[in-house]
Amino acid sequence: MKQYSGLEILRLSKWQRFLYKLASFFVAIPHAIVRLLAGIWGAVKGAVQKIGSELKDIVATFAKGDWKTKTSYLIMGFGNIARGQVLRGLLFLLFEAVFIFYMVTTGSYWLSMLGTLGTTGPTQAYDPIFDMYTVQYNDNSFKILLYGVLTIFFIIAFIYTWRVNVKQNQIAEKILASGKKLKSGKDDLRSLVDDQFHKTLLALPLTGILIFTVMPIVFMVLVAFTNYDGAHNGFSNNLFTWVGLQNFNTMLSWSAGTSGTQSYSATFGEILTWTLIWAFFATFTNYFLGMFVAMMINKKGIHLKKMWRTILVLTIAIPQFISLLYVSKMFAQNGLINLMLMDLGIIKKALPFWDDPIWARVTVILINVWIGIPHLMLIVTGILMNIPADLYESARIDGANAWQQYKKITLPYMLFVTGPFLLTSFTGNMNNFNVIYLLTGGGPTNAAASGAAGSVGHTDLLITWLFKITTGAESQYYLASVVGILVFIVVAVISLVVYSVLPSIKNEEDFQ
Amino acid sequence: MMNTNQAPAKRHMGLKALNRASNTVIYTLLVLISIIWLIPFVFIVFQSFRVESTWQVGYVIPKQWGFDNYIRLWNTDFKKWYLNTFIIAVAAAGLQTIIVLCMSYTLSRFRFKLRGPLMRFMLILGMFPGMLTMIILYRVLSDLGLTQSNAVPGLILVTVASSGMGYYVSKGFFDTISKSLDEAARVDGATRLQVLYKIILPLAKPIVIYTILTGFMGPWGDFVFARYVAMGTSSGYNVAVGMYSWLTNDQISSYYTTFCAGGVIVALPVTILFMCLQKYYVEGVTGGAVKG
Repeated sequence: MKQYSGLEILRLSKWQRFLYKLASFFVAIPHAIVRLLAGIWGAVKGAVQKIGSELKDIVATFAKGDWKTKTSYLIMGFGNIARGQVLRGLLFLLFEAVFIFYMVTTGSYWLSMLGTLGTTGPTQAYDPIFDMYTVQYNDNSFKILLYGVLTIFFIIAFIYTWRVNVKQNQIAEKILASGKKLKSGKDDLRSLVDDQFHKTLLALPLTGILIFTVMPIVFMVLVAFTNYDGAHNGFSNNLFTWVGLQNFNTMLSWSAGTSGTQSYSATFGEILTWTLIWAFFATFTNYFLGMFVAMMINKKGIHLKKMWRTILVLTIAIPQFISLLYVSKMFAQNGLINLMLMDLGIIKKALPFWDDPIWARVTVILINVWIGIPHLMLIVTGILMNIPADLYESARIDGANAWQQYKKITLPYMLFVTGPFLLTSFTGNMNNFNVIYLLTGGGPTNAAASGAAGSVGHTDLLITWLFKITTGAESQYYLASVVGILVFIVVAVISLVVYSVLPSIKNEEDFQ
Repeated sequence: MMNTNQAPAKRHMGLKALNRASNTVIYTLLVLISIIWLIPFVFIVFQSFRVESTWQVGYVIPKQWGFDNYIRLWNTDFKKWYLNTFIIAVAAAGLQTIIVLCMSYTLSRFRFKLRGPLMRFMLILGMFPGMLTMIILYRVLSDLGLTQSNAVPGLILVTVASSGMGYYVSKGFFDTISKSLDEAARVDGATRLQVLYKIILPLAKPIVIYTILTGFMGPWGDFVFARYVAMGTSSGYNVAVGMYSWLTNDQISSYYTTFCAGGVIVALPVTILFMCLQKYYVEGVTGGAVKG
């Protein structure tokens, strides 16, 4: 593609300029992807180098260190205690004791079973006294996977702590050699509300995220490589086990299902396409209409600004499930709208709001506008007020009309400021479970696609499909997990590409 | 002279007329928008007072008014659901606020080595569909005995524990409080803890209220996970899950107006609270949401 300089662009006609901008956006995408891959490669290389230098440092510390340091390699915290930092030393020692105790008693079992996820399923034992069979539960694949992952987390934490312990000795030696005093336990405690205050503040939130977000995600990613489902629940019927990439093959293969239904990949493609269409319309209809409403309310000379705003904001307060469910029933075949229109004699047959694929898709997008505009109106109002008024003033003096002002000032400014917001609301809409599930439940049923897994509907997003797979009759958790990973990949790629192409990548510190 | 004076005046008149015309259009649109946005809620209120039938009909104004639907609500599990949701909402509003504020304040104010990686990591974490983790969280909660009829503490635990991820809005707010305030206090010998509760917290009142408000409102609409955790046990439902069960195809004809009544009862306190604290909500959304 021909590259134009700044002056040359100005000489192009409006239409050419638009095409040029559009083309350069798409030309930039491969670059962005290459840059992304280079970034990942750089990160990996950096990590390897870092581990190498850490190892070198550990060896060097051992070689140069005194006996206190050397003993600390085996007994964590020994150096701290010997040098008078009793509190720190005891904490290190306690951690080591707990770790060893855990590994000896249970950790090693979970770890050793992780490779197979259990070998003996439930067995039946004959009970001669009551003359009946009782079920005995043996290995539990679910627990093995869960605690196996936790054990690995724990080991990583231990290695890290051990490394910190070694480093502390090195630092302490250096401080003592320079004739200064070490921090006492009291100093340590004090620093937790002062210069180490961030550690205190983050301890609780990060623990919560680690246990209730990170660990489950790691677990579910691993499930994608197993055959965990309703028929292999891991303890009471069959154990589940590793199956490698088989589930990804199933999802991405083009071969049709056994009963003449379409393949998983075709279904996935269909749902993904609709998810992207939906996210696009849901984001941009809300954005532009919300902006329009905000500008109407903000226009000079419009009275009762507060009242208009309050009316819209009021609808945010009402829990979404009420408004969504109610509106969903309102548009149903025998719902208020159809009945009313029929009673008035405007229509003879009920309008197929939820029964026709196209109608349903258009209706969810329109109702989403109803849901989303108040929120957008608020956000846009905030930004509009930040646009310097003199820009409009000078534009007016130059004779620009309202449309020109909008096109040349408001829109560019808005797009620049809200670029990242648009991106997050796009990805948020891709995963907008509530609106779709409460309005249509994914329906109307897409007969061709439903053979694949769950009953797929025409308005199903990937996220509602995932939900249906999970809660469906067969509970194909492994498949849900594959879909989840694919959703992640789609969202991540879109985000990264858009971020690197967006002009408004902002420096965080600029705001302060 | 005359001519040059007249021309601008004429244009001025034209502009004025144009302005008036466009304002009329805008007023019409605004009235129309207000009607569209409010009408479903007006309908719910009307239908909740309808006595003559319990299913969907083709008119809005009841033929016979009465409190039958509200009385009927009282005889269902609705009170239990309401109480469940209220407990979750209060707990979430309290605990979640503490977590979110700790997180956002730290990420806004402190510059430590792992800050950048931590924020990037959480951004990536947020790209995973949270729904996926439902399965395992359910199993973990059920091992702890916190599902079905004990769903309330389980839901509180999960809601609060993962709330640290939603720090963006309040971080955006803390970013706008000038850092020179902190530095001045630090020079005077205040510890970081003292800076937080003596200087920052009083200034952060809007965002604290915003966080409490959103924390309180969230659980009223919490649907998917709540339903999964309660797994068909009515005493563990929250209002959203319970009322959803009234609108299934086999229930709707006898519970439609009861749903409307329930909707009114649920929406009323939340809406009133929201309207009282509206100022803070608007401030939070317009101030913090976009900066992210």
